[in-house]
Amino acid sequence: MADLSNYRFTASHEWVRVEGATATVGITDHAQAQLGDVIFLELPEVGTTLKAGAKFGAIESVKAASDLYAPVRGTVAEVNGALTDHPEMVNADPYGDGWMLRLSDASDDGADLLDEAGYAKLVGA
Amino acid sequence: MALRTPLYEKHVAAGARMVEFGGFDMPLQYSTIRDEHIAVRTRCGLFDLSHMGEVRFSGDGALEAVQHLVTNDVARLEVGGALYSVMCNQQGGIVDDVVVYREPGGYMVVINAACRAKDVDWMRAHSGGASLDDLSHELALLAVQGPRAVKVVSEMTADDVTGVRPFHSVDTSVAGVHAAVSRTGYTGEDGFELYVDAADAPGLWDALLEAGSSEGMLPCGLGARDTLRLEAGLRLYGQDMDDDTDPYSCGLGWTVKLQKGEFIGSAALARIDPSIPPRRFVGIALQGRAIARHGQRVLAGGRDAGEVTSGTYSFTLDHSIATASIDSDIPTDADISIDIRGTTAAAEVVPLPFYRRPKGA
Repeated sequence: MADLSNYRFTASHEWVRVEGATATVGITDHAQAQLGDVIFLELPEVGTTLKAGAKFGAIESVKAASDLYAPVRGTVAEVNGALTDHPEMVNADPYGDGWMLRLSDASDDGADLLDEAGYAKLVGA
Repeated sequence: MALRTPLYEKHVAAGARMVEFGGFDMPLQYSTIRDEHIAVRTRCGLFDLSHMGEVRFSGDGALEAVQHLVTNDVARLEVGGALYSVMCNQQGGIVDDVVVYREPGGYMVVINAACRAKDVDWMRAHSGGASLDDLSHELALLAVQGPRAVKVVSEMTADDVTGVRPFHSVDTSVAGVHAAVSRTGYTGEDGFELYVDAADAPGLWDALLEAGSSEGMLPCGLGARDTLRLEAGLRLYGQDMDDDTDPYSCGLGWTVKLQKGEFIGSAALARIDPSIPPRRFVGIALQGRAIARHGQRVLAGGRDAGEVTSGTYSFTLDHSIATASIDSDIPTDADISIDIRGTTAAAEVVPLPFYRRPKGA
């Protein structure tokens, strides 16, 4: 089990790890398990500015398509290009290699985030 | 409260993700849909299909009753033979798609789980005096599919089944269990479907998994069943067709044998010109990975031309595939696109099936 003490979570099942003004974003293990085999990700262009709670893309599994929401505000500095050919990394390593975005100028002002215990309670883990 | 197959406990014990389908709690996947799909394409997979329904027609009038109910010509079946057909209403709409087996004492018709109550009512109302038994809860159905399926099963049977031809079945025993062993499936691969008494299913399930382990067999759920059947161009009732779809409009005109004489729907079907059916059922290859899903719109030259009936990602071809019901006047070389949640995805009409297993494999 990954050490998630530095991670914060949304009720829509994204995670964020903030280090200074940089934030890394992905979806939770619970979310990838619910989706099953991830097939396709629609991610924003580098330079896109996002508000906390704004839709930033979509994820599709064999089973379903879901929108993705920014846990915090910031500017897209990098998207995980490896997911284009290997979206299954979201299933295999949701908190590591399956990351989706890195945001610069990130801030959790106005963000509605849960800590690890709060998220575990939300998903009934 | 959903129904359970005789293998429900096996699925739960194996850690399968369960999902309700056709009124049953069924395994969606045991590992991943991708791994299960690839196992069937390259090795073999084991499926619980016990949710499917079986109705047996016996005695005098069995042939007449089945001929009256289905569009295909079951009179040409010899004992042990089987065929695929649809069962239509008087308007020519499809009540269900079925497989009919000729047995020594009559016929067995295999129906979809979700249609069972409707089908049995329909059959009782339209089968004259023929004797009809709903065996759905007494029979279990296990499928072994994939290039190594015949090897695995044939090493467990009392009689040699390697020579059983496609759409034929023999009565024998598998791992000591009496079974009708049928060379049929819904994956595009070679393999068998095994009809057994419900009480025998758990033991046979374990025996097949044990025998298949050295051949890379995986238990497979409904997720892989759907991706496999769609690659193989096979229809799914409720998505690709329904009570308002005629067989010509979903590419199943080949199951309609008007020359066999009158049957339910024959008059309505005779009025359709097979070369210009009300709708055209086509295969669609998408360039990317975004999945086209049931109900999404198909555009041709910018105008609305129909809707997606089924869609998935093809693990074999590495792009998304779909089937669609489009206006009959759309040329097959038209510029097609699909509106996937507001994004226009480029696509092209391609022949079905998307996947055909290599000859001799």
